[in-house]
Amino acid sequence: MSIITNINKVFDHRIRLGIMSILMVNEYADFNTLKELLDVTDGNLASHTKALEKADYISVEKQFIGRKPNTRYATTKLGRAEFKKHIDALEKLINKE
Amino acid sequence: MESKDYLKDIAEIKNLMNKSSRFISLSGLSGILAGIYALIGAATAYWLVTTYSYGTLLLDGWVFRTCLVILAAVAFLSIVTAIILTTKKAKKNHEKIWDNTSKRLVFNFLIPLITGGLYILIILNQQKYGQAGALMLIFYGLSLVSASKYSLGDIRYLGLIEIVLGLICALFPGYGFWLWALGFGVMHIVYGTWMHFKYDKQ
Repeated sequence: MSIITNINKVFDHRIRLGIMSILMVNEYADFNTLKELLDVTDGNLASHTKALEKADYISVEKQFIGRKPNTRYATTKLGRAEFKKHIDALEKLINKE
Repeated sequence: MESKDYLKDIAEIKNLMNKSSRFISLSGLSGILAGIYALIGAATAYWLVTTYSYGTLLLDGWVFRTCLVILAAVAFLSIVTAIILTTKKAKKNHEKIWDNTSKRLVFNFLIPLITGGLYILIILNQQKYGQAGALMLIFYGLSLVSASKYSLGDIRYLGLIEIVLGLICALFPGYGFWLWALGFGVMHIVYGTWMHFKYDKQ
């Protein structure tokens, strides 16, 4: 049971897992980069980044490049720790079976 | 959820981590060709020097200048080939040729390479010719090690080999020509072939 409790509900979705994976190995990534890498629609991506932001797992930085608005995402300390826990739990689940 | 789904999750995580941080469309074939250019260049230079310079290489003579031109031509052809073949492979992989990953790769490759190139030009200008071959190998090796973090990790080992060859070359400047041909010619062909079968063939 203790293993199951480490499976984080917030990450239990392919796209959120994808967002976190990308941000774990990059200092930051902007909206369009995430969109291309994950191959999702604007609305879909926005709702998932919002969920991660709400959990305080990623931080959002809005700025302008020239006149274009640009949104950058980065992981928070909490987000990195939780993601690691989640991955460990996944691995344990796989190894158990 | 079944464990199969979790396995798929892990695979997807790995894939995205690599795709977002490393440019992996480097072509092994371009390495092979670069090695062949280097060997042809080295052989031509060797033939020129042994046939026309009677044992002493005059530094302002046409033989030496032709050797420099050969060197530049080898570098130029290698770069052009690498760009063409890599662009082709990136297209096949549906990867953008000029995105954050490739920019980072080029940037990190060029910092040690340009530093070394300028340094070699400076010492050549000061009439210190003995170490040029060793320095080319060392700085090229450092460039590869630096770039390996942003591309296929295997490049790191090629970089380390070039550095070792460069240091040996510094110890035995008399064998500079052979070590240069080994580092830039043979090693490129061996490594390019290995990369070609490991990555391109899939």
